[in-house]
Amino acid sequence: MYDVHTHRAETNVDDIKISANDVQVYYGDTHAIKDVSIEIEAKCVTAFIGPSGCGKSTFLRCLNRMNDTIDICRVEGQILLDEEDIYDKRVDPVQLRAKVGMVFQKPNPFPKSIYDNIAYGPRIHGLANSKADLDVIVEKSLRRGAIWDEVKDRLHAPGTGLSGGQQQRLCIARAVATEPEVLLMDEPCSALDPIATAQVEELIDELRQDYSVVIVTHSMQQAARVSQKTAFFHLGNLVEFGETGKIFTNPEDPRTESYITGRIG
Amino acid sequence: MPVFWLILIVLGLAAVGYIIGRQRALASAGGDSRHLHSLPSYYGSNVSIKVMVPAFFLMIVWLLAQPFVIEGRVSGMIPESEIREGSSASLLMAEVRRASEGLENAVAGGFMTDEEARNARADLSDVTQRLKDAGQVVTNTITQPILKAAQAHRAMVKSSNLYMSIAVIAIAVAGVFWGLAGAKADFRARNVVERSIRWLLVAAASIAILTTIGIVLSLIFNTVEFFRLYPASQFFFNPTWLPSFGGGIDADGNPLSKLGIIPLLWGTLYISLIALAVAVPIGLFAAIFLSEYAGPKTRAIAKPMLEVLAGIPTIVYGLFALLTVGPLLIGVFGDDGLGWMQAGTAVMTAGLVMGIMLIPFVSSLSDDIINAVPQAMRDGSYGLGATKSETIKQVVLPAALPGIVGAILLAASRAIGETMIVVLGAGAAARLSLNPFEAMTTVTAKIVSQLTGDADFASPEALVAFALGMTLFIITLGLNVFALYIVRKYREQYD
Repeated sequence: MYDVHTHRAETNVDDIKISANDVQVYYGDTHAIKDVSIEIEAKCVTAFIGPSGCGKSTFLRCLNRMNDTIDICRVEGQILLDEEDIYDKRVDPVQLRAKVGMVFQKPNPFPKSIYDNIAYGPRIHGLANSKADLDVIVEKSLRRGAIWDEVKDRLHAPGTGLSGGQQQRLCIARAVATEPEVLLMDEPCSALDPIATAQVEELIDELRQDYSVVIVTHSMQQAARVSQKTAFFHLGNLVEFGETGKIFTNPEDPRTESYITGRIG
Repeated sequence: MPVFWLILIVLGLAAVGYIIGRQRALASAGGDSRHLHSLPSYYGSNVSIKVMVPAFFLMIVWLLAQPFVIEGRVSGMIPESEIREGSSASLLMAEVRRASEGLENAVAGGFMTDEEARNARADLSDVTQRLKDAGQVVTNTITQPILKAAQAHRAMVKSSNLYMSIAVIAIAVAGVFWGLAGAKADFRARNVVERSIRWLLVAAASIAILTTIGIVLSLIFNTVEFFRLYPASQFFFNPTWLPSFGGGIDADGNPLSKLGIIPLLWGTLYISLIALAVAVPIGLFAAIFLSEYAGPKTRAIAKPMLEVLAGIPTIVYGLFALLTVGPLLIGVFGDDGLGWMQAGTAVMTAGLVMGIMLIPFVSSLSDDIINAVPQAMRDGSYGLGATKSETIKQVVLPAALPGIVGAILLAASRAIGETMIVVLGAGAAARLSLNPFEAMTTVTAKIVSQLTGDADFASPEALVAFALGMTLFIITLGLNVFALYIVRKYREQYD
């Protein structure tokens, strides 16, 4: 088989947020993810690229155990978050997901007001002691989501009434409101126009200061623009992982080169 | 010739026309169907349509018009003197028709020769006796004018049937030739056939709509008739329901019957309320379990089982109320227990059983609606660290709420229109009371009892049924429209 070229530069162990070792994922009889080992750093944007069906979204969903909601999905191997196994029996997936937030491909605001959309997470986790507290969290999250100025006058209008780009930034703000440590983004811009995409990309860059962000994307330009580290997946294998600049300019694996030059995919 | 044979002949002509039309068309294209405008079967169908449609249309119109024409002519033969006291021309006409049919059947059964049936000077008592021997229904001894009219009637029906058969077959044969004129390669047979199919569909839709309009109109006319005989203010505002079957008017000129709708409406609403109080929580929780918690295996068994409840005839629920639930409630709330309940038939009995009947309605509709909430909503909520029950309570149910409200309103209109459970489970006393352990009755149950009684059909005591039906119709129509409005509004949200 092919070697897996995992770029392990002189990173400090303290900076490693998530570390996956030999992860296997099966959907029924299909072996969707094969022997993936990767280390995701804190305060860094990591991009997962690869052709459709290569398993990048599946692997992303392993990181906050969203795959648990799919009956036929089975995960093997070890995934450590802050050196704690998230697939350990004692770990409550609900608490894990509060720490590892997620933004989906299609904006999915709840059919509630903008305020209630943001307040949803803080309310269920009891993050606010009073209405005033909650107001502060909502404003802070909306500001971080770079959407505060657009919605501050209509916080009680339904979130579903916003435009697609605004909805996606609302969903990012909603994910940020629960104060996660890691933010997973599954093709967050695939349903957005170029202007909204630029806004979301700018936002991702700002989020890097506080969070570790993992983003799945089909756009190699996007990966190059927003990420510091890039992982290339192909047919369920992690082919290459390293500094974004190096992956795009000087890939080690011939498959990576074929993909970024447009010959496979 | 019996109509049945006529229909068979026309169908036979259509079948023959189909085969010939198809062959002719193929032949005109030199046996190669690629040179035809349409597929060969369309040419055949074109002939069949041109045979059947005009022929059957003529037949239907003839059969509808025939009684009017013949009876118009026969009624002129009956002298005024024959129309007795308390009888009417239409009743007499019915007697003539019966006698005519009797004669026909007696001849067909071999009890009478055709000669005897035609004999204008036949002995009356002998004819009556013979008809009775032949098993024909004859009310009283046939009088001379009626026998004459009946004989004339029979002769006219016979000749009319003969003319009709000739005309229908002639038109069908003409149809064959008309259709075969189109069995040429460049004839656009497919367009003709498809246009006919469209008209067939239009006809089916209009029959459904016209029937609805007819029902509503008959309700309206009879309701107007009722209000002409009985003051509307009494109907809507009198708190007593006490029909006197003799009818009549008291010294002040008010009708003796007290036909106030209020106690019936109260009974209807009270029973429906209890039914919904049972059905909504149970049905909704069942739906949530089925759509969110149950595994595919449980669901595959549980959902059809629940829907079996919807297939049980309501009379069986009524028996269940009368024989099981009533006695059970008496055991707890009756004189041996809490002493609130006098008899097994009560609002509570009917309400509980009706609630059970409505469970599958609420659960099945709600289940569909909950399933229609996009998975993205649930993912979004789980992704924020919400548990399953938090997700259901705060995201799924609010998103599904308008649809669930629609389902509940549809169930409510079922409850309001329910009859059998009430007749057997709630008693027949029209009463205004708050005690759910007392017998009460509903609008529907009273419609049944008013129309199955001995009252004259033209009296307010019978016509009130139409006013009650109209009231009920307006209430359920309003509920259904409201439910549809809400469901439609909900649908727009995720499109």
